[in-house]
Amino acid sequence: MATSQKGGKATSGSKSPGGSKSSGSRSAKASGSGSRSKKSAAPAPKTSRTGSAATAPKGRAATAKAAEKKEHPVERLAVRAKGEDKKLLLKLYEDMLLIRRFEEKAGQMYGMGLIGGFCHLYIGQEAVVVGMQSALEDTVDAVVTSYRDHGHMLATGMESKGVMAELTGRRGGYSKGKGGSMHMFSRERKFFGGHGIVGAQVPIGTGVAFAMKYLEEPGVCVTYLGDGAVNQGQVYESFNMAALWKIPVIYVIENNKYGMGTSTARAAANSQELYHRGQAYGIPGMQVDGMDVLAVRHASQEVLEHVKGGKGPYIMEMMTYRYRGHSMSDPAKYRSKEEVQRMRSEHDPIDRLRQMLLQEGHADEAALKEIDKRVKEVVTDAAEFAQNSPEPDESELWTDIYTADQPPQAAE
Amino acid sequence: MPTNILMPALSPTMTEGTLAKWLVKEGDMISAGDVIAEIETDKATMEVEAVDEGTLGKIVVSEGTEGVPVNDVIAVLLEEGESAGDIDVEAQKEASPPAPSGGDEGSGDSEDAATESKAPAQAKKQEAAPESEEPAPEPEWDGPTKTQTVREALRDAMAEEMRRDSKVFLMGEEVAEYQGAYKVTQGLLDEFGAKRVIDTPITEHGFTGLGVGAAMYGIRPIVEFMTFNFAMQAIDQIINSAAKTLYMSGGQIQSPIVFRGPNGAAARVAAQHSQDYANWYANVPGLKVVAPWSAADAKGLLKSAIRDPNPVIFLENEVLYGQSFEVPDSDDWTVPIGKARIVRPGKDVTLVTHSICVGRCLEAAEKLAGEGIEAEVIDLRTIRPMDTATIVKSVKKTNRCVSVDEGWPTCGIGAEIIAVMMEQAFDYLDAPVIRVTGKDVPMPYAANLEKLALPQTDDVIQAAKTVCYAD
Repeated sequence: MATSQKGGKATSGSKSPGGSKSSGSRSAKASGSGSRSKKSAAPAPKTSRTGSAATAPKGRAATAKAAEKKEHPVERLAVRAKGEDKKLLLKLYEDMLLIRRFEEKAGQMYGMGLIGGFCHLYIGQEAVVVGMQSALEDTVDAVVTSYRDHGHMLATGMESKGVMAELTGRRGGYSKGKGGSMHMFSRERKFFGGHGIVGAQVPIGTGVAFAMKYLEEPGVCVTYLGDGAVNQGQVYESFNMAALWKIPVIYVIENNKYGMGTSTARAAANSQELYHRGQAYGIPGMQVDGMDVLAVRHASQEVLEHVKGGKGPYIMEMMTYRYRGHSMSDPAKYRSKEEVQRMRSEHDPIDRLRQMLLQEGHADEAALKEIDKRVKEVVTDAAEFAQNSPEPDESELWTDIYTADQPPQAAE
Repeated sequence: MPTNILMPALSPTMTEGTLAKWLVKEGDMISAGDVIAEIETDKATMEVEAVDEGTLGKIVVSEGTEGVPVNDVIAVLLEEGESAGDIDVEAQKEASPPAPSGGDEGSGDSEDAATESKAPAQAKKQEAAPESEEPAPEPEWDGPTKTQTVREALRDAMAEEMRRDSKVFLMGEEVAEYQGAYKVTQGLLDEFGAKRVIDTPITEHGFTGLGVGAAMYGIRPIVEFMTFNFAMQAIDQIINSAAKTLYMSGGQIQSPIVFRGPNGAAARVAAQHSQDYANWYANVPGLKVVAPWSAADAKGLLKSAIRDPNPVIFLENEVLYGQSFEVPDSDDWTVPIGKARIVRPGKDVTLVTHSICVGRCLEAAEKLAGEGIEAEVIDLRTIRPMDTATIVKSVKKTNRCVSVDEGWPTCGIGAEIIAVMMEQAFDYLDAPVIRVTGKDVPMPYAANLEKLALPQTDDVIQAAKTVCYAD
């Protein structure tokens, strides 16, 4: 079972004033509100399934069952945390917090005009990518996603500085400033984009996994798509081939309930069960509470075992929520403030985990503060780097259109 | 130190906005995430959330103010222990971060742009992406040859490259068990097995994207389209994914992939199966576009395409599949991408063409010779990057030029060649360049209409005479 962790690659440096501070007071509020509204847009707490997913390791399934019985999300987390290493739990917290703070800073820098064009923030969805990544094998498994990609890049271990500098369009960015928010890659971290066309990353991720199988490598490719992309034709073309050829790909549908301004219910038939979308191809599916990082992690471990066992693709539907608009210029009038507020105060994946860590004695306030401080420093450094890195040289306009270099994997 | 709250940019195009409403007042405690104000942008009314926490020390821009520039200080936030007395708004205004120069449209670059527009020839030169401008010189072949059809030559090219590199594989509809819809892939399944010769479902968009993903990872797909007409289903993956990713990744992610199959008109298959896509793909930076005529070039260029680390569009022609040519009898021999070939020398007029029209131009040249006009026939072979140097050199000699291709005229290959002549050979031309193209109509089915729609040898002869003022 793959459990190795990628290096967080935290870079430390000088701290500058005016960085973002938050979260402490909010998390306290969240912990107080035990009763949840009946009509809440809460993600399904339990894991639902379709297809032939009879591969759950016994011990974990038992833990999962016990967790599902618990009513309160923090208690569910506590049950799921049994048997997990304390260091891992703290790392999950730190990884999610890094994405949160990074995205807040990106939003701020967008507001200052330092980031241009489109900027799709991942705030609210952190548990999905962090939970998935915690189960993957570093530098063995690959990741492909859409344009809401900053969190995925950080989770795969790409440097905050390089990602932020790409957002500002500077020389130090992962794409030398030529790709921007939606188009970043790291061959080294096996992150194959960052794709701006809704759904286009799905055949690409399937192809990455196809290549892994062709090369007889042990990896899988985790291919993320949104609830909007699930209606694209090429998604089903990919499902068909992946199932037909038993390609080691995991399709992770991040269902944040809105494809831009259109709710899933208005865009997708049978929108409550997107994880069933592979049924016609015999692809098993699973719905997971995407606001619970351990639920995601455990589901991911189970699915990885299936896929790495040569049984072909799997579909995971993560019930999640984005707090911000679709992009920075989205006033988000298609949903109520109350809905957003309820998700933030009652289902926040970071607050939940923080509360559980304290409650179960995995960490004290001081230890968490230390993490908060470290994360803030990384983000502040990234922001500074991204502002100070020079713009690309004008000669870069004409580079990287064609190459004479063979890809490293293709070398004989 | 007090923290400035700046007028935020809330859309890609926003430069200023109206501060419609303050939702907090001076002295209020603010946490990160609190909505503090409403701002009207050019698109919508947006809420502004606080990024930092602290006490709102001073509102600098009062509500209702219009035309507030992005990045102006609109309020000041105090940390614990600070008071309004610490605020020096003017000083802070100075300190507000400047937008990067690239953010301003044209500023700073406008001078350069003006200089460039005065030197079109120089700009043109830059446009042919520097890295691939100079193809390796084509080796002269003086070894043994064998007679082969284009079909056999293409198959041999794939087989030889698959033997050479285990990462090369072929996928497409009917390429394996059926042995190819046009029998181009005959025998490959037997030799290389189902792992490397893959029958796909009829799902162009999907298998093209899958191929691009596999190429990005580092293996080398040859994707066969039963015809390029069907590749329209997949063109997003070809252009947005295969062609642009190298650039968008700052050079990190190559897509070594070949898209090949018959292109253009076959015979009597009507409008949806007869389109010529050369100009569509040639328009795209990041793609190489190859369209050979002879079997030797088909083989040599396909081998080069398979070895190329860039995505290559390889346009074949169904009518040519059965035609025979002399082909160098060697596994190592290749033809460089980006080099045109003079198939027939002449001094009076240059005929620039590619693919099936090369044959018609040779016929035309033969007949023109009988009338005392010596035509030089140039087979472009590669459409992008185009070997304009060879055309220009020829036109400097002949002073007359006709372009011949089967595509539609509007914004076609002929239009491109005429533009190149204007830019690079204007002073050498003794007559306007003429393009002979397919007619500007969807391909008809009826045999007589189809013939009218396609450029014929007589059309080439007529055009050559026109530019020679000989009719």
